[in-house]
Amino acid sequence: MSAAAQLQGFLERTPYVRFLGFKAELEGDVLTGVLPFSEHLIGNTFIPALHGGVIGAFLEMTALAQLFVVQPAREGVGGRLPKTIDVTIEYLRPGRAQLSYARAEVRKIGRRIANVHVDAWQDDPRQPFAALRGHFLLRADEAS
Amino acid sequence: MNAGDPPPKDASASEPTPEILRQLADRMAGGTPQSQALGLEFVSVSPGHGSMSVAWREDLVGDPDTQVIAGGVVTSLLDHTCGLAISSAAASASGMFGTATLDLRIDYMRPARPRAGVTAAAHCYKLTHTIGFVRAEAWDEDRSDPIATAQAAFALTGPRPA
Repeated sequence: MSAAAQLQGFLERTPYVRFLGFKAELEGDVLTGVLPFSEHLIGNTFIPALHGGVIGAFLEMTALAQLFVVQPAREGVGGRLPKTIDVTIEYLRPGRAQLSYARAEVRKIGRRIANVHVDAWQDDPRQPFAALRGHFLLRADEAS
Repeated sequence: MNAGDPPPKDASASEPTPEILRQLADRMAGGTPQSQALGLEFVSVSPGHGSMSVAWREDLVGDPDTQVIAGGVVTSLLDHTCGLAISSAAASASGMFGTATLDLRIDYMRPARPRAGVTAAAHCYKLTHTIGFVRAEAWDEDRSDPIATAQAAFALTGPRPA
């Protein structure tokens, strides 16, 4: 099974992915995380704006999905999501009540640990509303 | 108080009333669609401190192979609990204060146990005129064995209508 098909399979059978409404679009090896707006994602009813935790989860899921796609190219590591070690989420402006996108950049991929940066935007990719940088444990040891 | 005014400096003279803390608790637990959707439960609040929890639920599972609650749920819980701590620190006798998260760092110690809910506690340990600094931790069964710890900075955005 291709990495893309494996990823879509994992996303489809993961309850929290459905709860959030997260989708992954793939063009070759480049993945775009897509988060359609839904009322239950609101964390601030005054603005209204997406919940900070939802934004963090969206960014983190995009990083994990991107690593999932990159990993199988390395022998025997595919099939499971990496584990998050740490993330720093930066909130640049409110996430408005509309469709959001995110794209991850794998800055370094070592034998066991990867460093990933993610930007999320709505109308204009040059105006991100949030960013994430994090370290992820590639589960080579557990892949069998 | 004018919109741009910082919260009063003399905390002892402006402790939030129990009524204001109660309003804050209501707003944080049930007041947003996301906290309602996750079923976040209020545990406790006092000036500078807040605690909230989330019960395990089938639709919040992040790994269908292990039935462990999703990391994203823990992220929302930690962000929300940090918000409660900073709001209670910034609240005064005259009312609530709006806040905005600048950044949130989360370290994941270990996954939660299968089918376990999560509790978080946050402490706003420093409040300036414009910024609040918060630390938090989340655990499933034993507070001394956390699943995640967090560190966050918040901007104070001004008084909020009660």
